[in-house]
Amino acid sequence: MRVGVFICHCGNNIAGTVDVARAAEETAKLPHVVYSTHYMYTCSEPGQDEIKQAIKRENLDRVVVAACSPRMHELTFRRTVEKAGLNRYFFEMANIREHVSWIGEDKDLNTNKAIEAVRMAVEKVVRDKPLYSSSFKVNKRVLVIGAGVAGMQSALDCAEGGLDVVLVEKSPAIGGMMARLDKTFPTIDCSICILGPKMVDVAQHEKISLHAYSEIEEIKGYVGNYQVKVRKKTPYVDWAKCTGCGECMEKCPTKNAYDRFNFGVAPTRAINIPFPQAIPKKATIDAKFCRQIQKGKCGVCAKVCPAKAINFELQDQFVTEEVGAIIVASGYGLIDQELLPEYGGGRYPDVITGIQYERLLNASGPTSGHILRPSDKTEPKSIVFVSCAGSRDKSIGIPYCSNFCCMYIAKQAILTKDHIPDSQSFVFYMDIRAPGKGYDEFTRRAQEDYGVKYIRGRVSRIYPKGKKMIVQGADTLLGAKVEVEADLVVLATAATAAPGAAALAEKLHISYDTHGFYVESHPKLRPVETNTAGVYLAGAAQGPKDIPSSVGQGSAAAAKVLALFSRDMLESDPAIARVNQNACVGCLKCAKTCPFQAIKDEVLRGGKVVANVIETVCAGCGVCTSTCPCGAIQLQHFTDNQLLAEVNSLCLS
Amino acid sequence: METIHLTSDTLNNFASEVSEATGQDMVRCYQCGNCTAGCPYTEFFDYPVSQIMRMIQTGQREKALSSKAIWLCATCETCSTRCPCEIDVADVMDGLRNIAYREKRFTEKDIRTFYEAFLTSLRNHGRIFELEIIARYNLKSGHLLTDADLGPKVMKQLHFLPKRIKGRENVARIVKRFMEKR
Amino acid sequence: MIEQEYAYYSGCSLEGTASSYDRSIRLILKALGVTLREPDDWSCCGSTPAHAMDHLLAGALAARNLAIVERMETATLTTPCPACLSAFKKAHARATEDRAFKDEVNQLLDIPYEGGVKAKSTLQVIYEDVGLEAVASKVTTVLPDLKAACYYGCILSRPPRLAAFDDPENPISMDRLLAACGVEVCDFAFKTECCGAAFGVPKKEMVLRLTHKVLTMVEDCGANCVVVACPLCQQNLDLRQAQVNRAMGSSFSIPILYFSEVLGLAFGYTPEELGLDKHIVSTDALIRSRRSKEAEETVSTVKEKVKKSAAQGTAGKSGNAPGPEDTASATKEA
Repeated sequence: MRVGVFICHCGNNIAGTVDVARAAEETAKLPHVVYSTHYMYTCSEPGQDEIKQAIKRENLDRVVVAACSPRMHELTFRRTVEKAGLNRYFFEMANIREHVSWIGEDKDLNTNKAIEAVRMAVEKVVRDKPLYSSSFKVNKRVLVIGAGVAGMQSALDCAEGGLDVVLVEKSPAIGGMMARLDKTFPTIDCSICILGPKMVDVAQHEKISLHAYSEIEEIKGYVGNYQVKVRKKTPYVDWAKCTGCGECMEKCPTKNAYDRFNFGVAPTRAINIPFPQAIPKKATIDAKFCRQIQKGKCGVCAKVCPAKAINFELQDQFVTEEVGAIIVASGYGLIDQELLPEYGGGRYPDVITGIQYERLLNASGPTSGHILRPSDKTEPKSIVFVSCAGSRDKSIGIPYCSNFCCMYIAKQAILTKDHIPDSQSFVFYMDIRAPGKGYDEFTRRAQEDYGVKYIRGRVSRIYPKGKKMIVQGADTLLGAKVEVEADLVVLATAATAAPGAAALAEKLHISYDTHGFYVESHPKLRPVETNTAGVYLAGAAQGPKDIPSSVGQGSAAAAKVLALFSRDMLESDPAIARVNQNACVGCLKCAKTCPFQAIKDEVLRGGKVVANVIETVCAGCGVCTSTCPCGAIQLQHFTDNQLLAEVNSLCLS
Repeated sequence: METIHLTSDTLNNFASEVSEATGQDMVRCYQCGNCTAGCPYTEFFDYPVSQIMRMIQTGQREKALSSKAIWLCATCETCSTRCPCEIDVADVMDGLRNIAYREKRFTEKDIRTFYEAFLTSLRNHGRIFELEIIARYNLKSGHLLTDADLGPKVMKQLHFLPKRIKGRENVARIVKRFMEKR
Repeated sequence: MIEQEYAYYSGCSLEGTASSYDRSIRLILKALGVTLREPDDWSCCGSTPAHAMDHLLAGALAARNLAIVERMETATLTTPCPACLSAFKKAHARATEDRAFKDEVNQLLDIPYEGGVKAKSTLQVIYEDVGLEAVASKVTTVLPDLKAACYYGCILSRPPRLAAFDDPENPISMDRLLAACGVEVCDFAFKTECCGAAFGVPKKEMVLRLTHKVLTMVEDCGANCVVVACPLCQQNLDLRQAQVNRAMGSSFSIPILYFSEVLGLAFGYTPEELGLDKHIVSTDALIRSRRSKEAEETVSTVKEKVKKSAAQGTAGKSGNAPGPEDTASATKEA
């Protein structure tokens, strides 16, 4: 066998702390190695040309590149060796950047370690077998999870691109957070006026089929061929019959149901249509509050419904959708006030959250757009906005910035002045984060044109005194403690991952960070892709972001799906598990541990039971190989022999 | 106002000194002002707590150690409870007081006199004797009439003899060994 | 109830100005079946002056007592005084988290401290170990006139990492204990605000202003007494109340009771047994109307009957529980 070794300087990233010349010299002496060299940037075009030429010139049949992480350039170099006529799997990468040069400072030790990393790679590459991908057909339907503004944008762009779209929304109505907003910054556009037409487009588009009030139950399959089981939660109303007249809501005697749409700023009825522009405009019963469901007596809605649509016996239903790609736009959540005991922890009715205030400002909200404080329904004259209520607060495990609060606070303060001209707003802030187009000017306008008082300091405590709320803060620019007697306090509560985000990620086999936000493939260069092929991200599920960014990601994810679906066939990765039927004893432990349900039993002629890997489903994770008691199941390209050879090379050195 | 030279070598030394004394990481403080906002003593301080924290970050050793604030802090723990950066601010104030004590910088003389009276009583009897502390404080501070107005009322609560414990020698030894060590 | 035993460290204040705290604690814990064993020859915890001077000195003074308790074979130390508690908790935490600190402390001590003593406030013992039910079962007397503002002071539940008890911003243990005794509790916003602590002597003007703020909030919330768990809080609010009035031009006359005194009254002990005569602001008027539970139950049954008949008389009339006057007029109308 003739192995060529190419050691990359990566500029100074590797060459700074690894003696690449010595490494090349030493690795040239390894068994099977007939050629070893080093180069400034192996991934550059001339760098790749050098590999191709060396393969021809030195008659190489295996190649090792010692450079960065295989996550970065394995694919690049596989293509390179393939262009030079080798099987693309006759290639190995030794990571001497992340694993060596970036973590050690001693050049001698680093060089030794780099040489050992190359020796391991050489031991593996000489045991590489040629592998060939097979191709399979793509199902050109796309699933979009979440019908907020990001998900709707994805759905519409995909549909316009000619794809069939399945849109699944957890709530009874689409629109997400944006449907709850009154106005949008920095243009003060009416939120529902610009979102409403999009919602109608989604509802009416012949390519989009919508499952509202539905959740993802189970996802099977792989890129190009997913089977998605959707749970259609029962609204206890036959939506085929419901006309959305609202008669039931009017007559429902339960007036203290929690209003999810209005974030509890006022109560609603047990049966309700969340808001006037709701799509679909259908009634849903909240079972927790329904007297008929809880206590078996009432049924007023059923009696008054002119369409006879109420049915307390309705159960959840399941439908299975087959799709080729998935866009996850499941949005974000907000922390509970309970996490902020120094601000009352939710005990004070006149300390509310930003999204609740948004509903008080909104003409279709519970106060018909009049700002009335919850305790006594009077108009507040002195309003305090507290930014970073929970954000940038390590002590409650939220060290990050929630991204959009600075801007919406400025907007709400401006709107407050419009609603109540003789009011005075105060904003407690630590930093004003306004980096978008026209954003900083907007926060200036709040101060210069609307007289909003910005106070640089955090609020330490809020407590009631008579009818007022005392806000105890600091003005760090003055170096003083300050107090405001407020009528109403609005907390910009921290944005979090959506409730259930982690569970959904497990179903999708995508990663999430410590805070539950989904992790993109690359923070700079692959912002809407995940590490699972065929699954894409859009909107705040990936991290708190404002409307334009969410819409941008929605479109970007759609573009990725359209590109994926531009081919009729996809190539499968051949680095998957294979069963040696002679060695398999049919215990099927592998089938039990497989996280992808890719292993089924198979009865051979003669009755012997063996494990069988479904090629297209196997993700190549390798869990099965470590479970198999007799080594019968092997992950191609990562066989026991190969891994042990690597270990041996290290131990024997 | 003075010009503070941020490039001088002393910039980081003080922060390290305080970190060493208290185990608190001063770099974490992002100057939100929460400690100042919650502190019941801000109105009595010459510098609010958050500025004391800033002095530590910028190496203003002299100013911080001669401040009144470090003596007026009562360790009520409001700042430590609410600090979003998880700094035990009250412990930092205590640490500054400890350093000031060692260097005999007593910006608030009366408080020092009271503490000394307390510790003397403790050393003499093993437990403290309230009447003695007041008497000692009044004599040493020159505020002869402090709390004299409470006289008749407080009498029904006070003992007139100290509770001396058997192991008071033992307690005195602790203080003695400590003084030798420092 | 399980027979429980604690090492009981009363602290210096409870031997002096706060003697009624000590007396009432001992009485109610005895009633609740809890045995308190006083550590032999305990000494002062060091309190504020020691930790202001040096953490090492503070650690050693506190650890001397912890070392004594460690040899008592009683796992838990309890003290009614939050300042002593904080001194013990800090010394214990530093000694167990930092080996070098422990060695230094032990170099100052005659008997070394190994790090095996848990400290709890006596309030925590009653609230968590004894429990609300056991407390309620001992109640024999009702205190109908009390409208209590529970004032926890600054360090009983803070900082939370160290205190590990109740809520740091809105503690509720005393509120619940009092409620279990049938005492009316007001929603008080300054439960953990600082009273001025140990500065009463050297910085009186500061303490008077802080105490004035607290007392003002007590009145604002509709309370007619303050219930405390800290001898310093009690001293600043009670002993210095006249000074507050003089300095700030106020005219407060608010009795300041230890929670253990209230529990003691509810358990049927007399004010003299509990030491209430030691208070500066008299508690007499506040507790004059206390009566035995049975008597109260008879009264409320009668009230209930009157109310019922009144309700029948004025069918449809709504409103909150009517007092005797209301019922009288209602009957007249009927």
